Amino acid sequence: MIAVELVKLARRPRNWVSLALLCGLPVVVAVFVVITHLAPPPGQGPALLSDVLSSGSLFPAAALAIVLPVFLPVAVAVVGGDSIAGEASSGMLRYLLARPVGRARLLAAKLVALVVYVLAAVVLVAVTSYLTGIALFGSAPVAATPGGLTASNLAATSLSGAGLTPAGLLARILGAVAFIAVSMLGVGAIALFLSTVTDSGLGAALGAMAALITSQVLVTLNSTSAVSPYLPTRYWLAWIDFFRDPILWRNIDRGLAVQAVYVAVFLAAAWAHFATKDITS
Amino acid sequence: MIVTRSLTKRFGSFLAVDEVSLDVREGDRYGFLGPNGSGKTTVIRMLLGLVYATGGQIEVLGQPMPARAPQVLARVGSLVEGPSSYRHLSGRANLALIDAAGAAGGRRTRPARIAEALEQVGLAGIDSRAVSKYSLGMRQRLGLAAALLRAPRLLILDEPTNGLDPRGIREMRDLLAGLNAAGTTIFLSSHQLSEVEQLCTRVGIVDRGRLVVQDDLGALQAPTGRTVIRTAAADRAAAVLGSDVAQRDGDRLTVAAADPAAVNARLVTADIPVSEIGPERRSLEDLVLSLTSAGADRVDRRAASDPKDGAR
Repeated sequence: MIAVELVKLARRPRNWVSLALLCGLPVVVAVFVVITHLAPPPGQGPALLSDVLSSGSLFPAAALAIVLPVFLPVAVAVVGGDSIAGEASSGMLRYLLARPVGRARLLAAKLVALVVYVLAAVVLVAVTSYLTGIALFGSAPVAATPGGLTASNLAATSLSGAGLTPAGLLARILGAVAFIAVSMLGVGAIALFLSTVTDSGLGAALGAMAALITSQVLVTLNSTSAVSPYLPTRYWLAWIDFFRDPILWRNIDRGLAVQAVYVAVFLAAAWAHFATKDITS
Repeated sequence: MIVTRSLTKRFGSFLAVDEVSLDVREGDRYGFLGPNGSGKTTVIRMLLGLVYATGGQIEVLGQPMPARAPQVLARVGSLVEGPSSYRHLSGRANLALIDAAGAAGGRRTRPARIAEALEQVGLAGIDSRAVSKYSLGMRQRLGLAAALLRAPRLLILDEPTNGLDPRGIREMRDLLAGLNAAGTTIFLSSHQLSEVEQLCTRVGIVDRGRLVVQDDLGALQAPTGRTVIRTAAADRAAAVLGSDVAQRDGDRLTVAAADPAAVNARLVTADIPVSEIGPERRSLEDLVLSLTSAGADRVDRRAASDPKDGAR
């Protein structure tokens, strides 16, 4: 069943379009920056973009920062929201279940396909943006500092950062990719649960997005500090800590723990609801 | 093959299926009839484990459902509320995905299984066009091909001739009759009463969630004990037969006598030309209309607003 779901994922033109858009947006940004040589000043615009002009090796990190707030969660919510609801609205759900495909098995296969999509999206963005960055900005050596990642020529003057080997940088990028993938899995789990509730894939995707936007609004408020550590988007940006020296694990660990709870709770809810649901679509 | 005992389903306060006890035997061609909204599809969905019953038991192929769904459904082919497919894929790709889902046969024999199912439903020559370009009849055939993929012992078909032209309906009937002769039990729901009359050996009729009749079609259509004659001299015939005439409709007389031969002899003796004579049989249509109420898709004005009923 997992193979069937992966085939369906791969043969869906929409999924390829969404991946192309995800990879395309950072390229567009890079082209503008390289033409104008106007990077946003440090502290403004997407994280890390200000340093990209110094070294293209930093661009994967900047690209992830570009797609993370909206584009990536939208794509994941669409795929996750479509997983069960899409089958229901196309009328195939009843034929799959009468085939018979066990309900738990179908849900598990959908989850695997979703994980594969999330990983493919994040890894593809990282790879294409790395190639773009090297091609457009060159690959000056990079240093990690307590304040974050920076090109080493700057670091030498401002902070006592250690130079990063390409392997070290790769390891940190992989860490960031894994962290972002786990964060997106939290989104996917919410979308998957909503997908078992409604027969409209669009509704499920929008529901998941509404949850994220609510969370993002609440996180910015001081008055919500009591609950904000438990909001799904609270630690989304913690992946930047992979590029500090030494790596700042505190928020990374908390982010992973929060996402693990969201994934577990919403997958359990999805299973409980789907297993007992009357299929009338 | 299918036995239900007091099968009941409530959706909230709405009683969709009320104590239905079906008995479909091996080798039957069973016609499941009833107005729209009478609960046919809900019963079918419960047989397939898609909808969970509120009460009662279901046995399909001798095993309890939905407890043994994996074993049972692997030997059942179904078509429920119209065919479905992944519309951006071709017919063959759809069948390949359906075949690979669930406990399928081997991957190596898959193309052969698909080819055979397509051949059976008359789609052997389909190309790689996406299903979204198919006509309604082609989709119906594709849906049936999916149901036939594993040579099921039991076929549960909801409106299988929907969207087919008269020739297609005939082909479908021949196909189902052939499968039945080869040992497949067929459980079919349909509005096309002529369809059911020509194909089925047994019928069950539901109305408002209740099973109102379940019997062999032959028994239901047994002679009513009356004789129908048609004659150009209807007035003289009525005079001869006297009080035996139960009903007269132009040149057509219904006579309260079970033996057409005896009636014929009386008329011929009186020198009355008889153009048609035979025992009266109830048509399936009469039966269904007499046993069922208007479908749930018909919404009449509330009785209370009718002045004649105002006194109640």
